[in-house]
Amino acid sequence: MYYAVTFALIITMGLALARAIIGPSVYDRVLAMNMFGTKTVLLLAVMAFILGRPDFLDLALIYALINFIGVLAVLEFFQDRASRREEENEVES
Amino acid sequence: MTLALLLDIVSWLLLSAGGVFVFIGGLGALRMPDLYTRMHAASVTDTIGPALIIIGIILQAGLTLASVKLVAILLFLLVTGPTASNALASASLLAGNRPEFAKALSEEERQ
Repeated sequence: MYYAVTFALIITMGLALARAIIGPSVYDRVLAMNMFGTKTVLLLAVMAFILGRPDFLDLALIYALINFIGVLAVLEFFQDRASRREEENEVES
Repeated sequence: MTLALLLDIVSWLLLSAGGVFVFIGGLGALRMPDLYTRMHAASVTDTIGPALIIIGIILQAGLTLASVKLVAILLFLLVTGPTASNALASASLLAGNRPEFAKALSEEERQ
């Protein structure tokens, strides 16, 4: 039964990657990578039990932390860039 | 014996339901028309998918340290998933992207 879940997770990761590649906006890509990270955490948790190595759970926990921080950092960066562009437009007009 | 069998059946049901929800969410994230509807689909894979899958694994693991770690992962995912979605939606709105239905509504008002 673990293998069925692994299969579903890998298919979903492929769908998320497809969304990340076709875009079209940068926010779609951030959304897809966030999804991909969540699926990676789940895949690590399932793999830990398929392989019988509970150490993988530590990796899953750390990956969840890094994924969250990474998504927030990228969003902060793009939000900053968007607001700076607006200010420039206002100065020009 | 019967209790172990019951636990197996329940955890298998939870795991397969989680797999189905995750797959549906992934399909929606690929096929939906604009960013906000895609987020709606993707949030399914951020909340109910992990909840079902991790509770299914916990039932298989029993009362061990692994279960404690799994509960920590689940709680963390349940807190951070909606937070990241919220940040993404507000960043996209601030950048000037409007939802499709809002565009349709404003066009109707203009007519």
